[in-house]
Amino acid sequence: MRLIALIKRVLTQMRRSPRTIGLMFIAPLFILSLMYVLLANNNTVNSYVGTYNLNHQIAENLETKHLKLSSTNSDRHIQKQMKDHNWIAFIDMSDRKNVEVTYQNSDLGKTQLVKNGLKASIMKLKSKDLVSNLKVSGQALKAQKQAILTQQKALKELAAHLPAPARAKMSKPTNKPKVTGKIVTPTDYKITSHYIYAGANATFFDQALPALVTFFVFFFVFLISGISLLSERTSGTLSRLLATPIRRSEIIFGYIIGYGIFAIIQTLLIVCFTVFVLNVHIVGNFWLVFLTNVLVAFVALTMGIFASTFAQNEFQMMQFIPLLVIPQVFFSGIIPLAGMAQWLQWIAHIMPMYYAGNTMINVITKGYLLSDVWLNLVILAAFGILFTLLNILGMRRFRQV
Amino acid sequence: MTNNLVSVQNIAKSYDGKHPILKDINLELLAGQIVGLLGPSGAGKTTLVKCIMGMQSVDHGKIEVFDTPMPNRQVLGKIGYMAQSDALYDELTARENLIFFGNLLSVAKADLNKMIEHAAQVVNLTNDLDKPVSDYSGGMKRRLSVAIALLQSPHLLILDEPTVGIDPELRQQIWQELKQLKSENKSIIITTHVMEDAEQCDYLMLIRDGYAISQGTPSELKEKFGVDSIEEVFLSAGRDK
Ligand SMILES: Nc1ncnc2c1ncn2[C@@H]1O[C@H](COP(=O)(O)OP(=O)(O)O)[C@@H](O)[C@H]1O
Ligand SMILES: [Mg+2]
Repeated sequence: MRLIALIKRVLTQMRRSPRTIGLMFIAPLFILSLMYVLLANNNTVNSYVGTYNLNHQIAENLETKHLKLSSTNSDRHIQKQMKDHNWIAFIDMSDRKNVEVTYQNSDLGKTQLVKNGLKASIMKLKSKDLVSNLKVSGQALKAQKQAILTQQKALKELAAHLPAPARAKMSKPTNKPKVTGKIVTPTDYKITSHYIYAGANATFFDQALPALVTFFVFFFVFLISGISLLSERTSGTLSRLLATPIRRSEIIFGYIIGYGIFAIIQTLLIVCFTVFVLNVHIVGNFWLVFLTNVLVAFVALTMGIFASTFAQNEFQMMQFIPLLVIPQVFFSGIIPLAGMAQWLQWIAHIMPMYYAGNTMINVITKGYLLSDVWLNLVILAAFGILFTLLNILGMRRFRQV
Repeated sequence: MTNNLVSVQNIAKSYDGKHPILKDINLELLAGQIVGLLGPSGAGKTTLVKCIMGMQSVDHGKIEVFDTPMPNRQVLGKIGYMAQSDALYDELTARENLIFFGNLLSVAKADLNKMIEHAAQVVNLTNDLDKPVSDYSGGMKRRLSVAIALLQSPHLLILDEPTVGIDPELRQQIWQELKQLKSENKSIIITTHVMEDAEQCDYLMLIRDGYAISQGTPSELKEKFGVDSIEEVFLSAGRDK
């Protein structure tokens, strides 16, 4: 009854404050769209790639509306040639089997464009070889089948003229039919990549987006839950609430459920927007992505409430953002953990965003299943439960019982 | 068992363990009595009220409300409380605020509407009940806070500066209601720094810097210091300390 009254009140308050609704529902979508436009959609300008001795089939597959190839008769002074012609990459196939690519790499999106294009064209070529091989073996199979049939027929005829014991002794045909046609070994092109700027790991948009989506869920829920409980305290209503027989835990649960309802709607909105409007392909399960973010929202909600107990006003609450929130984004998988110093790796493990970001990256880009990421989810839930307990304990400051 | 609704014995309180805010306070509240805690701002009135409600711990001494040692969560449901600052939800209407606090006090749904109507009538807010509190003036907010305290018609009312920012006419009206409640054998603790309020109380405790500098009925106090008004009592008592 008291809990329901509290939840109802939180929901009514939220419904009546359009700014908060806007901050929760519109702002994340706005920022995501902006990032999408800025980071992903820069491939509409024509880009040029220099080639030397490139296999003409690969070249055919690689060339698109926005990606033009121009061949050159020298594989020397590559860097200078690239600079002179403003090529974003140089593909060198002087050795027929090895594809040596040099990327300008100042624009990760373009590097990705060439890289993916090249991979796809080579795959296409390979599969073409395979298909022709399949045809050849198909013919061979047909020939073999024909031979067996002929043989069986002959044997049957023969058997009819033999006495029974001899018939039983007859074994299966043993002679192999001759295979006609030639099997081509598909060329295994080896791609070697060189980067003029930065390194091979910089697949920014691919890696950043899943982690950033979950970061936004965290950020906005943290902010709103923290500020709401703070204003409940500074306006004196929290103290007034505690002058009724309400349980301290009821206040915390009321908040978690009330704001949790909004957080879940927000999460669903952000995830759907990412998938259906921004067309980000999720390799793994949509609901697993959703579940991960619901847990993130739970952690953010309880962390926000916790942080608010250490703030005296809204401005002090904002001061927690560079302290508690922004650092988390760096550990959410945007920057590979492997390259970090040992102590930083240790810090990462106490950050909820580390578990959330990695789960998102693994589910979205690698198709990890629940059975692969469950431990991360359990850890996220544990963070949420820990902060819930701390919040209930923290309420003691305002009333003894 | 005593027939005291509230019994405060020898309490001492300090927020930081160093600077005492309340020292050696004793107070008894009988049924059908209005007790006034009178003192300047910063004297410790709100702190004393919060200790009685069990929202603040005391360092020393004993507090009982309805013969139950405080702090006790269930007892809070039997106290009508009005905080010094208006603790209202601006986004909600006055009625929604009343319903919310009614629900927290577990008032039965069937009775709630009647109680809201009655409480609103006492503080003259019947026609403004469905306005959002954000549209209320300061005085209207005070009155709504009083209405919330009166809501479940509790046997014990604790009102922290209920008459601040309220016009004289309404102050009179609120006092009328308090007297009415008193005649129903209900008890009231009221804090104030206004002398007019003090004159209306049955029993006064004068507080300064955490000390109860004097206590007794208004006439006892006036007699004791040989003066005509509580204001003069306060000044004389203060000089003694
Ligand atoms: N939560 C608190 N923490 C520390 N000091 C407090 C707190 N609340 C009140 N005080 C101090 O206690 C003293 C008495 O305050 P209060 O009880 O509010 O006085 P009154 O209600 O009589 O104006 C003041 O000096 C005030 O600064
Ligand atoms: Mg006060």
